[in-house]
Amino acid sequence: MANRRVDEPTGTETVGHEWDGIEELDNPLPRWWLWTFYASIVFAIGYCIAYPAWPLLTRGTEGVLGWSSRGELAKEIAAEDARRARTVAALADIPIEDLQGNEPLMRAAVAGGRAAFKVNCVQCHGAGAAGVQGLYPNLNDDDWLWGGDLAAIQQTITDGIRQPDHQATRFSQMPAFGRDGILTPAEVSAVVSHVLSLSGKAKDDPAGARLFADNCAVCHGPQGKGMREFGAPNLTDAIWLYGGSRAQVTETVTNARFGVMPAWGGRLDPVTIKMLAAYVHSLGGGEDFATPAAAPAPPGTEAADAQP
Amino acid sequence: MLNLDARTPASRVAGPEKLYEKRKPVYPQKIDGRFRRFKWLVMAVTLAIYYGTPWLRWDRGPYAPDQAVLIDLAHRRFYMFGIEIWPHEFYFVAGLLIMAGLGLFLVTSAVGRAWCGYSCPQTVWTDLFQHVDRLVDGDRNAQARLAKAPWGPGKIGKRALKYAIYLAISFWTGGAWIMYFADAPSLTHDFWTGQAPLVAYATVALLTGTTFLLGGFAREQVCIYMCPWPRIQSAMLDEKSLIVTYKDWRGEPRGSLKSAARSPGAFGDCIDCNQCVAVCPTGYDIRKGPDIACITCALCIDACDRVMTQVGRPRGLIDYATLEDCQREAAGEQPRPVWKTVLHPRTVIYFAVWGGIGLGLLFALGVRNHTDITVAQDRNPPFMLMSDGSVRNSYTLKLRNMESRPRRMEVSLEGLPGAVMWTDQMSREDAARAVLRDVPADEIDTMRAYVVAPAGTAQQEFVFRLRSLDEQGENDSGEARFAAPEGGEE
Repeated sequence: MANRRVDEPTGTETVGHEWDGIEELDNPLPRWWLWTFYASIVFAIGYCIAYPAWPLLTRGTEGVLGWSSRGELAKEIAAEDARRARTVAALADIPIEDLQGNEPLMRAAVAGGRAAFKVNCVQCHGAGAAGVQGLYPNLNDDDWLWGGDLAAIQQTITDGIRQPDHQATRFSQMPAFGRDGILTPAEVSAVVSHVLSLSGKAKDDPAGARLFADNCAVCHGPQGKGMREFGAPNLTDAIWLYGGSRAQVTETVTNARFGVMPAWGGRLDPVTIKMLAAYVHSLGGGEDFATPAAAPAPPGTEAADAQP
Repeated sequence: MLNLDARTPASRVAGPEKLYEKRKPVYPQKIDGRFRRFKWLVMAVTLAIYYGTPWLRWDRGPYAPDQAVLIDLAHRRFYMFGIEIWPHEFYFVAGLLIMAGLGLFLVTSAVGRAWCGYSCPQTVWTDLFQHVDRLVDGDRNAQARLAKAPWGPGKIGKRALKYAIYLAISFWTGGAWIMYFADAPSLTHDFWTGQAPLVAYATVALLTGTTFLLGGFAREQVCIYMCPWPRIQSAMLDEKSLIVTYKDWRGEPRGSLKSAARSPGAFGDCIDCNQCVAVCPTGYDIRKGPDIACITCALCIDACDRVMTQVGRPRGLIDYATLEDCQREAAGEQPRPVWKTVLHPRTVIYFAVWGGIGLGLLFALGVRNHTDITVAQDRNPPFMLMSDGSVRNSYTLKLRNMESRPRRMEVSLEGLPGAVMWTDQMSREDAARAVLRDVPADEIDTMRAYVVAPAGTAQQEFVFRLRSLDEQGENDSGEARFAAPEGGEE
């Protein structure tokens, strides 16, 4: 501070520093500025008493107000639960057959299902529900092994497919025609030709057609259109869960397939399952009920986000 | 602060006399004159605008609020008479803010600190509160006397009355503010019946507090210590800027009428009556030269002109003038005409930019579309093979209806031969090239569109076309991509 000097025009002392010829006058601060400083100190003391502030060895001080960010979160979650309670109750009450007719509830269910799907289903079916070829079915398309209306989807989710040790699960088993010697390799090849011919991918083989009628039609239907009671896929369409090339179909006929989906009934509550069914149904391939359930929307239900 | 007489070598090494300075009370004296009347006018107009605007009505039909100026944060709309601005059009607001900023530059360039002197809210409310002071406590001397007087029933009564009026004005100020954010009549009703949202009460309380504090007590301290604008202005003003100036070449040396009578010719025109300081709302002595404390409200001009008239000397000892003109005048030349001072190149450039932005905004406002479609394609999965071999893509469309009435709109496919679409609210059997939607008034309608194209369709671009089926016939297009498997069988 050796260079302090008095500025001529103002008669005020400078602070003693100089930056490229620019100096600063050492004017006194206004007194109220000091008061704001004292006020902030008082505020800080009050804050430390009221709110969590001081870190101690294992935990911090809690503050007399008992505020915590976790408590705040819990409060918000509780408030959100309370806000959704009516929607959730309405979803629990409505028969799934009537859900499609109730647009606000359906929308709420789809929103909730979208969230639940991300937690429980994406591990196999993928974030976009597109499945994985050869392993898990695509849920966006219009092809359903076990049925694509809301009730069928709900049942599939609740009881799973081929879930071991679960009574109500949907079950079927395709024989391993080649491995177990039911058909000879030549016969398998003939059957594969016939199966591929159903979707126009190969020339028909009369021997294959006969073998198909004897061995396959009981589940897949005489025309190969599949049977949903057994989860037997439609062989005439363009969608092949396990691949539609000759080699892949030969593999399927020889060794059979045995896809398993867990039963979610014991893990998820019925409302969540209903919402999941609505979401899967909404992906674009959902089917209407064979006899449309024409029920009016129950009163007292309204649109609300139902994300769990 | 060191006084001027302390400029001695000895003070070079001395530290500041004190670190903190007590506020010097300012009791501006009542004055009348042309600038005071102009200030009255500006105050009346600005306060009328501030308090009155939310109560103006503007008919927008049944689907939109009828408040002329409304910042509807809850519904994310900004209404200003015939203009309605959506959040995506925030550039209009940004443009207005830029214009406001440039407007300050423009005003500063043309007429100096006129904003500070006349229309700054801090100035207007300080002025208002100082009138309250004079009304309750009396003029300058009475105020000073009362401040020094010991506390007694009279002083307590006067102080109570004054602060009550302060509070009433502050409360009214805070109350008017929230009216810009909700329907004024119903909010007023809700406010007094305890049904208004908490944020309304909190805002009123906060603004009542700040108005009470800043207008009632902080006053010129805001201009001198808190506000950045005077400091920015000090970099924008030069010797060509119009400022309130004391013509020291005419006034100095100062001498009372008695001294002047004793030795004629020895003194300048300033009779050192101190009236210019007495009327100053910031308590500054303009004779010390330009300073941040001078907000150029020109009340000292009124005061000095009156005194000069009384003593029979020419008016304009304190005057709106540029420093350059002062030099010219001192040298006996004619000052430049006022229009030359106001219309210098910088002003013209500011005005051109300011006006250009304004015209640009008006043009954009005039040609903007009230119908809009945006397309977001599902990326996961990008396409879906259907059981009949056709390929489906899914899109989320947002149809924007910016009119305050419901409109029927048609969404259709352009390009993508053979493709049809359906939505999540209809069944696939009804799929077609175009679907109709009833878009609610002043809303964005979100719809899922499933587009299915025949087997073998290659990946390609196409367009969703949105048309409003009303006399406006507005339309907008959203480009989209149709994803498809790359040939061959999976």
